[in-house]
Amino acid sequence: MTDPIVSIRGVSKKFPGGVIAVDDVNIDIAPNEFFALLGPSGCGKTTLLRMISGLETPTDGQIIIGGQDMALTPPNKRPTNMVFQSYAVFPHMTVEENVAYGLRVTGVPEDETKRRTAEALEMVKLSHLAKRKPDQMSGGQRQRVALARALVKRPKVLLLDEPLSALDAKLRDDMRMELTRLQETVGITFIIVTHDQDEALSMASRIAVIDKGAVQQIATPSELYEQPATRFVADFIGKVNLIDAKVLSKKAKAITCEAKGLGKLTFDTEKACGDTVAVAVRPEKLKISKAEPKAAGLIKVQGNVRDVAYYGDTSHIVVSIKGGPDLQVNVQNDSRTGGSGVERGQAIWVSWMPDDSLVLTE
Amino acid sequence: MAEQMKPGSGPLDYGNRLWLKILFGVIFFMLYVPIITLVAFSFNTDRRGIVWRGFTFDNYVKAWNNSSLIEAMINSLMIAFIATLIATVLGAMVALMLWRFRFPFKGAYEAFMGLPIVIPEICMGVALLLFFNETGMMTAVVAMPWPLNLSNIIIAHVAFCFPFVAIVVRSRLVGFNRQLEEASKDLGASEWQTFWKVIVPFMMPGLVAGALLAFTLSLDDFVITFFTSGPETVTFPVKVYSLVRRGVSPEINAASTVLIVITVVATVLAMKLQAPQKSGKG
Amino acid sequence: MDNWKDNRSVFWTLAGPGTFWLLVFFILPLGFLFVMSFSDKAIINGEVSITEYDYLTGISNYIRSVDTLYLTIIWKSIWVSALATVLCLLTAYPIAFGICFASEKWKPLLLLLVVLPFWINLLIRTYALIAVFRSQGYVNLALGAVGLGPYDMLYNNFAVIFGLVYVYMPFMVLPLYATIERLDKSYLEASLDLGASQFTTFLKVTIPLTMPGIITGVILVFIPCLGSFLTPDLLGGANAIMIGNVIERQFKAANDWPFGAALSFMLMYATFAALMLRAFLAKRSAGVDV
Repeated sequence: MTDPIVSIRGVSKKFPGGVIAVDDVNIDIAPNEFFALLGPSGCGKTTLLRMISGLETPTDGQIIIGGQDMALTPPNKRPTNMVFQSYAVFPHMTVEENVAYGLRVTGVPEDETKRRTAEALEMVKLSHLAKRKPDQMSGGQRQRVALARALVKRPKVLLLDEPLSALDAKLRDDMRMELTRLQETVGITFIIVTHDQDEALSMASRIAVIDKGAVQQIATPSELYEQPATRFVADFIGKVNLIDAKVLSKKAKAITCEAKGLGKLTFDTEKACGDTVAVAVRPEKLKISKAEPKAAGLIKVQGNVRDVAYYGDTSHIVVSIKGGPDLQVNVQNDSRTGGSGVERGQAIWVSWMPDDSLVLTE
Repeated sequence: MAEQMKPGSGPLDYGNRLWLKILFGVIFFMLYVPIITLVAFSFNTDRRGIVWRGFTFDNYVKAWNNSSLIEAMINSLMIAFIATLIATVLGAMVALMLWRFRFPFKGAYEAFMGLPIVIPEICMGVALLLFFNETGMMTAVVAMPWPLNLSNIIIAHVAFCFPFVAIVVRSRLVGFNRQLEEASKDLGASEWQTFWKVIVPFMMPGLVAGALLAFTLSLDDFVITFFTSGPETVTFPVKVYSLVRRGVSPEINAASTVLIVITVVATVLAMKLQAPQKSGKG
Repeated sequence: MDNWKDNRSVFWTLAGPGTFWLLVFFILPLGFLFVMSFSDKAIINGEVSITEYDYLTGISNYIRSVDTLYLTIIWKSIWVSALATVLCLLTAYPIAFGICFASEKWKPLLLLLVVLPFWINLLIRTYALIAVFRSQGYVNLALGAVGLGPYDMLYNNFAVIFGLVYVYMPFMVLPLYATIERLDKSYLEASLDLGASQFTTFLKVTIPLTMPGIITGVILVFIPCLGSFLTPDLLGGANAIMIGNVIERQFKAANDWPFGAALSFMLMYATFAALMLRAFLAKRSAGVDV
């Protein structure tokens, strides 16, 4: 990795009441990355973002931006700019004045301010609305103003707090593409906070999954989906079947365990583990069949169909198995009969390739 | 690096800034020192009330034995009581009307309701003085038995109090979910039953807060009472005014302290009632 | 909301009593006052009557009210009120601001502390000030202890202005508090984030966005100051007369009701002018009311 543009080292934030919002977080973010902080609401991701911007300060640790520890530097002295969740577009200024604000208050010459403001408005395609007041604009337009206002400052890092959450579905898709395009054009590091896994997976080059103030895993989107490090990550990213298992024996490169309802299974892994682990497998990796599948090496179990939910292109089938948790299986619907061909109460076999499942040790 | 923030704080944590704390200290000191010394010196033995000579209740006893002061106090309380009663009913009705109905020139009507609030007190006072004089009401009430001889003052107090009540009650009604009313009717209650069993209980905190407001406003009023009271009737503020013009005395301190206690209790009550409801209620 | 025509009986029952009361005991008296302001004392048998009037004789009272003597007093009332209003704003803004940013635990208490004096009788508060400021008062005692004074702090313009600020400050704090509390703090954060200093943020974002509260507060303080009678009467004495005192004198000691009525209407017109200015300013900053 090249020198990180943002380096968060041992950062903690404790509130006076004793609540720990952020707990010993370490993240390095490379220049030009599109980085996402992903987690459920209240996990500390927004606090982390606000600490990078200087709107809050950590009680412990360093926040190094461009090679300088800025943990306690006020926000107006940092090379970061933020797009707020509520956009915070000043209602008493026109679009143009909003965008020029950050340049004017820092003493950028007026002719340069004019030129850069015009460029920024051009970039977000709002030149024709330059004289408007924010209360005459839609939410999507106001967000573009907020974006232009931040980008015109040419920050080293652009921070975006839940940028898509207030938009409706159609606009959200447009904005998602727009943000990706902008990030590629301007070549600035983007750090985005979101609770929506789809947003993070589709936009970010790397994602830090955060829960209860602590980083769970930092990885690319596909790694997160295919190789979740913890139960929390597996469960938070997409839908997953988690089957608790008791460890029977642990060798250097394999774990043998007794999984609930599935019996004795062996997985190749080098991870250390305690007495219990969990077997994780995505619903779309599971196969169903009426007869017992014959192929060698498959993990298979018989159960009863408890529920069938039809979703157009796919159906989600819930199978209850003896002694274990319900398993969800997603199957492609048959285009001719228009369904999965499975009925509630029916006995059925569920099977999958061992490589499609994962053993989670924490 | 020049500027640094304190670990764990934010740039908007002004509440922790020292200069703001000092400013708060100074301003609260200036606000309260006169009132606190007034209360403290009501317990002073020194007649001239300059230096502290010792603790006593004598001033309260003297004030209690001062029949004209007591009479003024009783008059004030009586006026406040009756004016509050009438003002609360009138104010609540106007509030209900403004909340329930739309009608032509509603904005103008609201401005009309607000007039007694914005017009300088002294103008209202002299207008009422003139009115009572010209209509003969000023001399008419003098002959009446107590408390009817206070009628003019009560009428004036109702006129400036009830628009305040209307505002308070209406702001309470704005939070009313009209589906409750519809639900009540759907369950078979008549319009009248719905009014008494659903709307009035909901209005109640607003009514009590409005009534307490009217009570303090009436008890506090000096200017309008000063003009509308005839030569015979004296209210507490008018009495205190005439005493103050003659100089400072510990008896006034004692009587004032009593009034302060009454208003502070009423205010704290009103604020408690107006405070946003804790979750689980309304 | 229902149309009034849908339920006329309920509408009139609710609207009737209050409207009647206000018409008869407020508008009608003002009408009397209006007529009186255009009247003169009757002259019976060559003598000016004390109780009888010739109604609607002309605008002589208004002409008299713009006489230099009274114009000076009106002008002085305006600047005293304006100064008191500005001082109120300067002290109330930091207070309101501080309360908004205080911890949730302290907020209600601080707010109560600001509002409480407002509920205490105006007369009592003014009386309390007299006790503090008179020549044997505590301020002079304290100054005397360090070898200064005694100063005459009562019965001058200083006393009146201080008294007005003391008495009407809560009127300023409350609307300011309401506006600052409603202000989305992310505007301030955005300004800081964009490189503005705390001071620039205050000047360019906080003040413009809280302008509606400032305007309301200024009007709420200016109007009662302008019409005040008690404070200048008790604290100012003969040296610091305001328009309210002149009106009172016409209706009591001087017994010149027609002239007092004209002065009252002058005061009311000034009040309405202030209110209209407020409506105008509020309309102009309509987009700002966040």
